[in-house]
Amino acid sequence: MSDQTLNPETMPEQPERATLEGKNKFLGFWFFLGGETVLFASLFGTYLALRNSTNDGPGAEELFGLELVFVMTMLLLTSSLTSVYAMYHMKNNSFGKMQLWLGITVLLGLGFLGCELYEFYHYIHGEGFTLRSSAFGSAFYTLVGFHGGHVTFGLLWIIALMVRNAKRGLNLYNAPKFYIASLYWHFIDVVWVFIFTVVYLMGVI
Amino acid sequence: MAENTNIHENYKRKKNKEEMKQQVITFALMIVFTLIAFGMVMADLSKLFVIPVLLVLAAVQVGFQLYYFMHMSHKGHEMPALMIYSGAFVAFMTVLTLSVLIWW
Repeated sequence: MSDQTLNPETMPEQPERATLEGKNKFLGFWFFLGGETVLFASLFGTYLALRNSTNDGPGAEELFGLELVFVMTMLLLTSSLTSVYAMYHMKNNSFGKMQLWLGITVLLGLGFLGCELYEFYHYIHGEGFTLRSSAFGSAFYTLVGFHGGHVTFGLLWIIALMVRNAKRGLNLYNAPKFYIASLYWHFIDVVWVFIFTVVYLMGVI
Repeated sequence: MAENTNIHENYKRKKNKEEMKQQVITFALMIVFTLIAFGMVMADLSKLFVIPVLLVLAAVQVGFQLYYFMHMSHKGHEMPALMIYSGAFVAFMTVLTLSVLIWW
């Protein structure tokens, strides 16, 4: 692979799928997302089955406040748009702008994570609601915590890509990597849409 | 030749820009849906009405994410569609099974 093939002056129309490796990453990653869907479904199913088993502890209606959840939703939704902007600049081969928008995405993601940690801290120390309080507690922390774990992993992933490729610039070798990380980030938002609907909104109705 | 590449590049950039515009509109719609969802819950409407609407709003938002933000509306996404729909199907069965388990 010479520099010419991997470092074109302008990006092809779909830089993420311009090489065989990129194509493979793309397909493999969508396969993984299909599996992730099922993984989260099993946690959602568990939560739906156990959400009324509160063991005389606090239930969904007493615990959840919608203000914080609304802020978290906006943060994550906006971070989804900023990562779309990053991919837009990737297609136009402007590496600096892509890094900038990815940086904004990371900041928004950190904001989301901070809110979630605050929320959990408040439940545990303020309300005495823990993983061991009830079946509802276990199901809640497993589902929402698993999503938070995905956010954490996504942030580390994007940061690692940004740092690792900071001096390399954009080329057809790392374009698929950025693209796939952004797919992952969107998927996290997809899961969150169901969490704020099924867990929080349907919890307080 | 150089001019040709230039024209092509300009065309591509224009196309990318148009797509970006579409995605910003998608984003605005998603914000609106989120506001409607939160608003409906705060308005204390009937449960039987709110829950189905919430689920529909969530499904539409996810569709927007998949088709516009994750580019599933582009060509060459047959395999991703197959994978995500198979995943969604098994996910649906999983949630159904676990909910029905506690029916009685």
